[in-house]
Amino acid sequence: MKKLTSTLLLTSILAVAANTASADTLSSVKSKGFVQCGVSTGLPGFSNADASGNWKGLDVDVCRAVAAAALGDAGKVKYTPLTAKERFTALQSGEIDMLSRNTTWTLTRDGSLGLNFAGVNYYDGQGFMVTKGLGVKSALELDGAAVCIQAGTTTELNLADYFRENGMKYKSVTYDTSDATIKGFEAGRCDMLSSDQSQLYALRIKLKNPGAAIVLPEVISKEPLGPVVRQGDDKWFNIVKWSLMAMVNAEELGVTSKNASSMKSTKNPSIGRLMGGQGEKLGLGDGWAYNIVSQVGNYGESFERNVGMSSPLKISRGLNALWSKGGLQYAPPIR
Amino acid sequence: MSDHDSDLKPSKPAIWNDPKYRALFFQIILVIGLGYFIVSIVDNTLSNMESRGISTGFAFLNEPSGFGILQSLIEFDESHTYGRTFFVGLLNTLLISGLGIFFATFLGFIMGVARLSNNWIVAKVATVYIEIFRNIPLLLQIFFWYFAVLASLPGVRQSMSLGAGIEFNNRGLYVPSPVPEDGFSIVFWLFVIGIIATVFLARWANKRQELTGQQFPVFFSSLGLIFGLPLVVFLMMGSPLSWDYPALKGFNFQGGVSIIPELLALLLALTIYTGTFIAETVRAGINAVSHGQTEAAMALGLTRGKTMRLIIIPQAMRVIIPPLTSQYLNLAKNSSLATAIGYPDIVAVFMGTTLNQTGQAVEITMMTMGVYLTISLTISMFMNWFNKRMALVER
Ligand SMILES: N[C@@H](CCC(=O)N[C@@H](CS)C(=O)NCC(=O)O)C(=O)O
Repeated sequence: MKKLTSTLLLTSILAVAANTASADTLSSVKSKGFVQCGVSTGLPGFSNADASGNWKGLDVDVCRAVAAAALGDAGKVKYTPLTAKERFTALQSGEIDMLSRNTTWTLTRDGSLGLNFAGVNYYDGQGFMVTKGLGVKSALELDGAAVCIQAGTTTELNLADYFRENGMKYKSVTYDTSDATIKGFEAGRCDMLSSDQSQLYALRIKLKNPGAAIVLPEVISKEPLGPVVRQGDDKWFNIVKWSLMAMVNAEELGVTSKNASSMKSTKNPSIGRLMGGQGEKLGLGDGWAYNIVSQVGNYGESFERNVGMSSPLKISRGLNALWSKGGLQYAPPIR
Repeated sequence: MSDHDSDLKPSKPAIWNDPKYRALFFQIILVIGLGYFIVSIVDNTLSNMESRGISTGFAFLNEPSGFGILQSLIEFDESHTYGRTFFVGLLNTLLISGLGIFFATFLGFIMGVARLSNNWIVAKVATVYIEIFRNIPLLLQIFFWYFAVLASLPGVRQSMSLGAGIEFNNRGLYVPSPVPEDGFSIVFWLFVIGIIATVFLARWANKRQELTGQQFPVFFSSLGLIFGLPLVVFLMMGSPLSWDYPALKGFNFQGGVSIIPELLALLLALTIYTGTFIAETVRAGINAVSHGQTEAAMALGLTRGKTMRLIIIPQAMRVIIPPLTSQYLNLAKNSSLATAIGYPDIVAVFMGTTLNQTGQAVEITMMTMGVYLTISLTISMFMNWFNKRMALVER
């Protein structure tokens, strides 16, 4: 329903707005006083509302960072929970200002949906989760299996590729919400659940008995997940991109939420540039990055807090370690 | 307008005052305005999509889809095109709507008549059924049937055998499929001939009854024609038909015909839900036939059953059909709730996955709306035709 509504909204906006010359998202965000951020409907560690309705997670922190940079207050975010199917229409139609919902950067999405990917906040890959009772050790033993997946994801495509490549057959049971996907898996409708590995770990803790499920070792695809904005508003695109980059750079430079204020008076020029100045080039105030780091924390802090060892997910940094520590997280310099 | 002038003959008004021309003029203006409105909306949409970097057009229909679909009535795998996903989804929608309409009508008629029954228990059962299922939102019922039923069914490895090779578990209902062997086509054609012959027989019997008043046992003779004769021949030829039994191979049952639980749950929910409305429609229709008709029929010595079948129902049909049409339309449209439990109908497949993989929201939404419009108009047209046929024919 929401889907149809946003499609109609999209159609009518596109139809009526006589040549919307690159709408200025920053001004509209400033005038309404908050960032409208599209997130998942509930994926522990990435974007999930706690019992009192506060959104938390690695993806949520990107929304918060943008609000800190643009409005000076990380709390000024309103969240729109979106299923995989709804997310792009919601962004295209202007229902949300940005999308930060474990979304894979692909050529089609970047090239033909009118979207721009503003970086990668989690390097992931698709995997499989099975019940222990099935006695399967590798995905290659899964010929003829039924797979629970979510509609409108890269998962659907990778799965078809993988099984085809290995000459195996499968039945995909495609649900439109992640809740239904987990329930289907739990009820035994499928032999396995497939999604990006990080989501498998996240969904596993939602199971009634998480210990009964295991994630298989195979990773069958590249899933660079990151925040997305509409095409045609370069200023806003830059702000979202550099908000994420500021978090990564802060980790690299050793600036954390705790030491940010003392770092303000540092002699290190790189840290100096991060903590002050540079803002006007993005159309922001001077303390934009300071606000991000002091209110949200650096990338490493956010990672540990939400999905790392100090969270229930216990995901190791792996590919998401800084480039200097053998990972892929590498942010262009702030200068 | 006062007629203070002396001229009694009405003068011909000027052309801009002539109501005939005026009306025409405003209609033309309206059409031009509407046309301009539509053209500019389409044009604006296209140019805005272009400037926002959103692809447009229908070229995507020829691209390979790259995803699998759980149930398809035509051959489909991930190498087929997006265009084909449209037809796969469409056929699945038609399947669930068709089955739903059939079963809901059946259930609805039984329950509608039952609610009027003189038997206290029968009437109460029907009342309780109607009042409960009419008042629970359909989506909840769909979830209920799907998850509650799914969860209570045994897993594949503990599959329930229902006899005759039928297997039932949480992956679906598996039924042996017939495999015709040499000579089976003779039996098949006998069956077809039996049906045609029955049609002629019925016509002949009708005419004879009109002319002479004599009845002919059409029902039993047609049973013999359609089923009896082919069966005898079938047995004489040594049963040229074998069965492909479903068997557990690897993770799932293979062979036979499988009916997925998504279809079962959706069908159950749509049937039970729409059945309540049809039951009420039927009850209203029967109540609308005046009691005098029943009394007159009884006075003529017709049995209760015959009174119902020959006197009441045909008259009630005239009241029943128009609202019945609405129920059919509702059912067809409600079938799009399929997407909630992963039944691959057109909304789930085409407006869901295909839309998401291609991003062509405007084209795909239009096509899908076109489908529902066409289905609805077709149902309406058919029911209007049926209604005309059932209308009171005066002799
Ligand atoms: N990264 C993939 C998959 C993203 C995805 O939607 N994954 C599901 C896993 S079941 C999810 O996170 N669902 C959460 C929700 O719908 O709220 C993509 O961008 O297509």
